Amino acid sequence: MLAASCCDRRMCVCPGPRRIGYSFRSVKCLTGSWAIPVRSSRLPLLSDAMPAPAHLFPLIRNCEIGRICSTVCYCHRKHLCCFSSHFAHGHFRCAPQRKFAALCRPKENFNQFIHARDYASTPQRFYLTPPQVNSILKANEYSFKVPEFDGKNISSVLGFDSNQLPANAPIEDRRSAATCLQTRGMLLGVFDGHAGCACAQAVSERLFYYIAVSLLPHETLLEIENAVESGRALLPILQWHKHPNDYFSKEASKLYFNSLRTYWQELIDLNSGETTDVKEALINAFKRLDNDISLEAQVGDSNSFLNYLVLRVAFSGATACVAHVDGVDLHVANTGDSRAMLGVQEEDGSWSAINLSYDHNAQNEHEVERVKMEHPKSEEKSLVKQDRLLGLLMPFRAFGDVKFKWSIELQKRVVESGPDQLNDNEYTKFIPPNYHTPPYLTAEPEVIHHKLRPQDKFLVLATDGLWETMHRQDVARIVGEYLTGVHHQQPIAVGGYKVTLGQMHGLLTERRARISSVFEDQNAATHLIRHAVGNNEFGTVDHERLSKMLSLPEELARMYRDDITIIVVQFNSHVVGACQNEEL
Amino acid sequence: MFLRLLSDVRWRAANPRWRRMTCSRRSTSSTAEPHPISLPAQAQVVICGGGIVGTSVAYHLSKLGWKDIVLLEQGRLAAGTTRFCAGIVSTARPVSIELKMADYSNKLYQQLEQETGIKTGYMKTGSISLAQTQDRLISLKRIASSLNVMGIPCEIITPKQAAQLHPLINIHDLVGAMYVPGDALVSSADVSLALATAASRNGVQIHERTSVSHVLVQKGRVTGVETDRGQISCQYFVNCAGQWAYELGLSGEEQVSIPVHACEHFYLLTYPLKEPLASSIPTIVDPDGRIYIRSWQGGILSGGFEKNPKPLFTEGRNQLEIQNLQEDWDHFEPLLSALLRRMPGLEALQIMQLVNCPETFTPDMRCIMGESPTVQGYFVLAGMNSAGISYGGGAGKYLAEWMVNGYPSENVWPLDLKRFGTLQSSRTFLRHRVMEVMPLICDLKVPRWDFQTGRQLRTSPLYDRLDAQGARWMEKHGFERVKYFVPPGKDLLDLDQSKTFYKPDWFDIVGSEVKCCKEAVCVIDMSSFTKFEISSTGDQALESLQYLFSNDLDVPVGHVVHTGMLNEKGGYENDCSIARLNKRSFFMISPTDQQVHCWAWLKNRLPSNSSLAMEDVTWKYTALNLIGPRAVDVLSELSYAPITPEHFPSLFCKEMSVGYANGIRVMSITHTGEPGFMLYIPIEYALHVYNEVMNMGQKYGIRNAGYYALRSLRIEKFFAFWGQDLDAFTTPMECGREFQVKLEKGMEFIGQEALLEQKQNGVYKRFTMFILEDHDTDMDLWPWWGEPIFRNGRYVGKTTSSAYSYTLERHVCLGFVQHFDEKTGEELVVTTDFINQGEYEIDIAGQRFQAKAKLYPFSSLFTHRRRKDEMELSGYQRE
Repeated sequence: MLAASCCDRRMCVCPGPRRIGYSFRSVKCLTGSWAIPVRSSRLPLLSDAMPAPAHLFPLIRNCEIGRICSTVCYCHRKHLCCFSSHFAHGHFRCAPQRKFAALCRPKENFNQFIHARDYASTPQRFYLTPPQVNSILKANEYSFKVPEFDGKNISSVLGFDSNQLPANAPIEDRRSAATCLQTRGMLLGVFDGHAGCACAQAVSERLFYYIAVSLLPHETLLEIENAVESGRALLPILQWHKHPNDYFSKEASKLYFNSLRTYWQELIDLNSGETTDVKEALINAFKRLDNDISLEAQVGDSNSFLNYLVLRVAFSGATACVAHVDGVDLHVANTGDSRAMLGVQEEDGSWSAINLSYDHNAQNEHEVERVKMEHPKSEEKSLVKQDRLLGLLMPFRAFGDVKFKWSIELQKRVVESGPDQLNDNEYTKFIPPNYHTPPYLTAEPEVIHHKLRPQDKFLVLATDGLWETMHRQDVARIVGEYLTGVHHQQPIAVGGYKVTLGQMHGLLTERRARISSVFEDQNAATHLIRHAVGNNEFGTVDHERLSKMLSLPEELARMYRDDITIIVVQFNSHVVGACQNEEL
Repeated sequence: MFLRLLSDVRWRAANPRWRRMTCSRRSTSSTAEPHPISLPAQAQVVICGGGIVGTSVAYHLSKLGWKDIVLLEQGRLAAGTTRFCAGIVSTARPVSIELKMADYSNKLYQQLEQETGIKTGYMKTGSISLAQTQDRLISLKRIASSLNVMGIPCEIITPKQAAQLHPLINIHDLVGAMYVPGDALVSSADVSLALATAASRNGVQIHERTSVSHVLVQKGRVTGVETDRGQISCQYFVNCAGQWAYELGLSGEEQVSIPVHACEHFYLLTYPLKEPLASSIPTIVDPDGRIYIRSWQGGILSGGFEKNPKPLFTEGRNQLEIQNLQEDWDHFEPLLSALLRRMPGLEALQIMQLVNCPETFTPDMRCIMGESPTVQGYFVLAGMNSAGISYGGGAGKYLAEWMVNGYPSENVWPLDLKRFGTLQSSRTFLRHRVMEVMPLICDLKVPRWDFQTGRQLRTSPLYDRLDAQGARWMEKHGFERVKYFVPPGKDLLDLDQSKTFYKPDWFDIVGSEVKCCKEAVCVIDMSSFTKFEISSTGDQALESLQYLFSNDLDVPVGHVVHTGMLNEKGGYENDCSIARLNKRSFFMISPTDQQVHCWAWLKNRLPSNSSLAMEDVTWKYTALNLIGPRAVDVLSELSYAPITPEHFPSLFCKEMSVGYANGIRVMSITHTGEPGFMLYIPIEYALHVYNEVMNMGQKYGIRNAGYYALRSLRIEKFFAFWGQDLDAFTTPMECGREFQVKLEKGMEFIGQEALLEQKQNGVYKRFTMFILEDHDTDMDLWPWWGEPIFRNGRYVGKTTSSAYSYTLERHVCLGFVQHFDEKTGEELVVTTDFINQGEYEIDIAGQRFQAKAKLYPFSSLFTHRRRKDEMELSGYQRE
């Protein structure tokens, strides 16, 4: 798993000669045709990825490749195999000298590659059919509706839709949603892992418990502690809303629980007597969890599996963007470059977006400033290079990533005493350059508090996979129109206007295209992903493009898009309005 | 704008006299209405509905001499669907009776202006129906064949010829077209007003702004109507309320079920073209694009029948007028696309309006006419399926004849209200079904089409068992019946792809079922049959039935008699089998769709005293038909009773035990001419008996079979069936069934006189069997029904049914041959010699196939397989 980490665009930390990070935006597909990674550095990745499929080549060569291609192209996995082996055949196996040329002229190479594939398969191009596209898009979708009591939903949240579309294999994004049972409110979060998914997985499992515990009043904490002490049944703290694919690791639950217990015991001891401030609770929870991750890795575990797990968690990283909604109080705690955005419906019915988080990356001046402030002036130049922290890491805040937090000595000690898998791994042994005054990274979130208004209709939490492809304004419009149902478009009436048949036809065709894309999805997040991946230059979903993007094999998919994880929370305007009135 | 469209302003000026009589102001001014004249206290006939249908009925009734008629309209005359409809009179209709109605309407409207002096906007433009596919062209050719033999000019033309007739159409995607030069355009509201004027001149009173709240009924007869302006007592009531006919039918204490439901229908009006379109330009019908296009005031009027109709008023929301329905452009988009594809030159044409005009549809796409089965004197004419103008004239005429003479001059069974029962009157059913029916107007009409909605309503207790064994289902009168069984591992085409005019994909499946019926034994679930029990305390049952049926029913107990239930003219009202269960009770089996009609017929004619009881026991019995030479073995093993022909001769009925179940009525008939038995099983035993039969039958090679096999067997034996071959205009003499008529049974019976006369004078048509000679089953179009028959090159009649005979390995068509005088066209007596001495051809979609005519079945071919004394000529199934 760690071997794949060199593919991670977020952290270009490969041993040997430094690889240059590249900007993901430049790799995007332009106007429907295949563009090419501008930096050639990605191509060796492909060749790295080759060996496994390439050995299959002799098997496949004996078959009629065209037939295979045309038959398997509808099956993602098989397709991948045939696709790759052919690639190997065309450029690496039979013509090694061209490999070099290819590296020099990547664009041409890529086109040839595409062409070769076309040639080998039947001349007709193949696409995933709309049902196939839908089954891919909908595989991870999840919807939750807040249950109603007495026909009334008294929560300010109507429910949420969430979904994720992998680009990495396995996906490195995680998502969580839960209702706090001992306090009011609902927690929702997206987590974008890098250098593997271990950290994101751990954070997605643990963070909400830390937050919930931070929010609990002293009495409840005592009650829980007493219950644990006397072996009684524990009060449930969280009600999770999970997709079947969202899993919790069973092996580590004991370890995690003990860390959590230590936390609340400390909270009990610290009893300040004051009511808990949500903002503070969020910050404390984030910091505490990161601290626990770090400590667990330092202490290790007698169980070798767990020992390896806690190390993987600590050496990988994850950003987190978490929303806590309680009545009209919306808190968003963000660490890293995922983003929360509020969808607001203006009086004229149009949609606008309000940012509820700041990205922690090189584009954020304050963030760059902060990092520079925390380190000696001598390091100013090496701190941020190529828009990356120490020239390596894109997010400026993250969970895990002890490589940017621990001292060199500590890192060396842990790696050496750690299991062989860790010790053999080049990545873990690699120390970031110009590493003088750790820690360089923190998990402390920025928390933004927003009082919900009736016009605030929904909240979108999404990892940067979405924000790279779509502007928040478009996101607001697309989700807003979806939720209010564009299919209830204002009916057209000719009235006294001069309209020709042709004009009317054009208008109607356009309206129908919009409706049909809405009708396909029952889930706002799915709808958004469909747009994010399939939008053409006109802002409407282009099926051909969508189909192409989704039929990319895993190692190529990563070049054209990132993992996308989206949660769309829909607010209950009636309740929000009522709460607001009460407060007035 | 509509006032201009309808030009009723102009009409009013021209007819002050009528206006005075109806005494209702038609202007839209806000001045107070003058007080309307009061309603008469009584009338012979009250017609409810002043649209094209109501006025046509009034017109024709008054023509036939009935004068004491009141027509009531809740709003204004011709203000409902009639006012909004597109005004196309089109005769290209696939069903023969509809074709005749449309043809009559066309002729009526043509002379109406001359007759009444009222402008009707009649313009003979002709119509061009376009075919984008070969299948469509075939269906057009079939219609063209039947139009031509009716004497209606019609030709199949090439796309280029179509382009010459209409300069605007794009022909690149066409394979052909049908041109009917006689089709016309009218202003529908004006036609309706002209009919009303003519009727009022004949004495019909017309009252607008008078709505009928309900119909008064006493002792099963109409006695009057209650309106918002008082009561009118009357003998006859005619419900022509269009989309409100259903509501009105349910409003009285005695409910009359009229299954109609409205859907929104859209058409587009444009401003004139730069070069205004000539008003005489032919109307374009593009069924594959689902649209029609006619010229309208220099611009066009174009509407269509979309795939996703919008039913409305399901919950019965009544509105006086329907102008306030909304335009729905998004809904119209596919039709607009089709229009621009057909006439790309119209892109720059300016839109005037999208009209939303509800149309009324029926569950089977045919209109509804006739007398209520439950209330005498309650007549209905409604559910025009958006062809009200085309049918209005002819339908009004037939209904008027029906009321005045007791029967119309044509066979209108396909339109008879009694083809439906209360089972079709659920709002949910209607809503779902009309959503299927409306698109069907433009869909390709292929043989053996089954509705997909409103299914699984009535089922046999064996339904699940049969379904699990691969049964494919069709529906008759709401009852699911098996077509055939798809063997395991075999797949048939999807429903949409299976549409064909050629050899169907089930050909071999049915072939093997037929083979099994001939050589071993098959089971067919025939539970859908209508079953009545008639019994009395004394001899009343026998006496009454002897009068109602033509065959002699005074047979020993345990005998089964095939007999016709004839009308006064000797025509078949029903064709049934009657078993004498004991001296005083009879078990009567009729075709499935006779449930309502036969019941009403008997109810109205049986003496209404308490000593005679009639019960509908259809639901009490499951019927299994064991067909085949080994049926006797299966049954005897299951019953331990002797079933040999000596003990159980043909046409016999016995109650016996089958398996553990007692009281099974076993009849030695199969409705196919093959040896075998019908088992009438009380439903709680159905599964048991079926399982026993299947288990025991295993060693005799038993298998399930469906109605398609039955049909093939029946038609190759020259068995006619009611509703398809036989109708109220066919007598036993005309179809070779004299032996089922006992003229000398010593008792008078209905139709006796007519039959006696026919026996003396001869018949004017003769039911004949045709074997197609040079027809290639694999390659040629299959016959269906309604194909013209040519004798020595001259048209002599039409086929009524057809099937492939797996025994003869030929197609068999059944049909009637008439003899028209070569010069005068007068109908002459058809003799056996006339039939036998002729060279015959059957015209299938314009292609003629040689056929051999036969008046009697191939006895030699089948005798060695048939049992002695087998003389069974009956069958009940229709396609």
